[in-house]
Amino acid sequence: MNIVKPNSYRSGPDERGHFGIFGGRFVAETLMPLILDLEKAYTAAKADPAFQAEMDGYLKNYVGRPSPLYFAERLTEHLGGAKIYLKREELNHTGSHKVNNVLGQIMLARRMGKKRIIAETGAGQHGVATATLCARFGLECIVYMGAVDVERQQQNVIRMEMLGATVMPVQSGTRTLKDAMNEALRDWVTNVHNTFYCIGTVAGPHPYPTLVRDFQSIIGNETKAQMQEIEGRLPDSLVACIGGGSNAMGLFHPFLDDSTVEIFGVEAAGHGLTQLHAASIAGGRPGVLHGNRTYLLMDADGQITDAHSISAGLDYPGIGPEHSWLHEIGRVNYLSATDDEALAAFQLLSKLEGIIPALEPAHAIAKVLELAPKRPRDHLMVINLSGRGDKDVPQVGDILRGKSQ
Amino acid sequence: MTTRIDTRFAELAKQDRPAFVTFLMAGDPDPSTSLEIIKALPKAGADVIEIGMPFTDPMADGPSIQAAGLRALKAGMTLKKTLDLVRGFRKEDNATPIVLMGYYNPIYIYGVDKFLVDAKSAGVDGLIIVDLPPEEDEELCLPAIKAGLNFIRLATPTTDDKRLPAVLANTSGFVYYVSVTGITGAAAADSDAVSEAVARIKRHTKLPVCVGFGIRTPETARAIASHADGAVVGTALVDALKSSLDAEGRATGKTVKAVADLTAALAQGVRGAQQAAE
Repeated sequence: MNIVKPNSYRSGPDERGHFGIFGGRFVAETLMPLILDLEKAYTAAKADPAFQAEMDGYLKNYVGRPSPLYFAERLTEHLGGAKIYLKREELNHTGSHKVNNVLGQIMLARRMGKKRIIAETGAGQHGVATATLCARFGLECIVYMGAVDVERQQQNVIRMEMLGATVMPVQSGTRTLKDAMNEALRDWVTNVHNTFYCIGTVAGPHPYPTLVRDFQSIIGNETKAQMQEIEGRLPDSLVACIGGGSNAMGLFHPFLDDSTVEIFGVEAAGHGLTQLHAASIAGGRPGVLHGNRTYLLMDADGQITDAHSISAGLDYPGIGPEHSWLHEIGRVNYLSATDDEALAAFQLLSKLEGIIPALEPAHAIAKVLELAPKRPRDHLMVINLSGRGDKDVPQVGDILRGKSQ
Repeated sequence: MTTRIDTRFAELAKQDRPAFVTFLMAGDPDPSTSLEIIKALPKAGADVIEIGMPFTDPMADGPSIQAAGLRALKAGMTLKKTLDLVRGFRKEDNATPIVLMGYYNPIYIYGVDKFLVDAKSAGVDGLIIVDLPPEEDEELCLPAIKAGLNFIRLATPTTDDKRLPAVLANTSGFVYYVSVTGITGAAAADSDAVSEAVARIKRHTKLPVCVGFGIRTPETARAIASHADGAVVGTALVDALKSSLDAEGRATGKTVKAVADLTAALAQGVRGAQQAAE
């Protein structure tokens, strides 16, 4: 493929929602008018200073932003290379970066007069964030979650129910995140008139990848300002884990045109790339699913194959379309970490820094263990610590005690 | 370009009767039984045959058709074998129109140009691709028209007058009106609402309008067909097929007959619509 480097990496998508060949609007006709409405409402909201002002208020006083940019001194000493900073998204209300996007979408839903909110969730973090904001604004909330994930993320299921949401375990297909998304789309197509679909990642039909990216870009914008304040310059590298890729896109996007900044996305390599995994870029190819064209895991006939990751939040056979484009154009370097590597990183960060990370960002930390020692001591590396590990404590405890897996 | 679909609807118009359109999943419950079922449909009264292309993630389908797709995939069905199925049917029947219905990814992976050539030569007449709205016409719709296949679009209750022209622009063969917002196998449509919607679509197009989703019985088929150029039944046929299977989901001696019998009963219902309309 002949790839022409763009003048800016930040100008996408085009008016039809394409990032290069990726993205688009591959949805049933029933949903098409809604997606066009959403695009219109979002364009209007972006131009309305009152919308941003109201969001800013909630981001500060409800979510608890800005999240700190923390110098991980002992991890840095341990690795003996790059100076490592953690962007502390796990300190947000609800425990992950997911709330940044949900707040934006719920504010949009309110502007559009929608009273019923549906969402899909994998690890449950997006579901918890959605249930939380629906409670705050008095909206009905239905969360679709694969039955396998309901089992391995019990604590988040209980949290969502306490917040007043209805959790619908999904029994179809592989009973994980992709099936939860199928089921949410089926709900949406049925209840088009009163329902807003709050998508949790930078995927789905246009304009979702764009609006989720925009709402998450607060991560990168804050990081840029904080690093300027602490070190007086830009970071040299960024590292984030990727399932659909919203925490990564939120950190990366504001830096895409800063050519000195190296950027690394880390997919979930599960049991290894030759076995069951969830690394769409490393082990997949372009296809069409869930409203967009992007890298997907599939067989020779175009049937979607099972993903696997120790982390329910990364257990998805696709990736956001803008990531697929950034991969093909060579701006972001996509790596992958296995279940075992993530588990080791999970334990290391807990013991060295007193911070128990979620299994998702543990994948990013796992690659930092390889990247940081090879870089000089004045190299500034930022890891997006996208979620806290409380939800994973029972699962990891069982694994470490040899009870499962 | 005149396809078997155009010819069939012209004949039906002359006879002043609505079309009965059946849907079944290719390869359900296995490739050879599936071929026997499809061969039996015209005799039982199907005027147009829709064949589902199995896909792992059918996001507009209800549980029955999802399960049918998984049964077919488990039996080793692929897009290539779906085309073989059509080829097998065409050995005996060169008149009944065949429409392939499904999702874009398997076609995209097969290769659009190669697929269109192979589908045309196998005897396919039209395509219904659920996740390709007019906004994505360059992907498959325009190449399909060039290859001599009808691209049949779904119009829905959310397709308003402003949007209808865009939906109809590159549509040919017939228009498939989805009578309810929802997935396949959902609740039955209200025949007054359907009548109004069909009339609205007909103000924008001369194409025949067939109505589907929510039609399960000869009575509903009659009621709906009396307001349209055709009625589509899928889930009810798939359910009849499924209830004829053994405990392991394999075909039995009753499978082909179960589908053919329901097809005949539904076809009677649709034909009854002609008298009702007079």
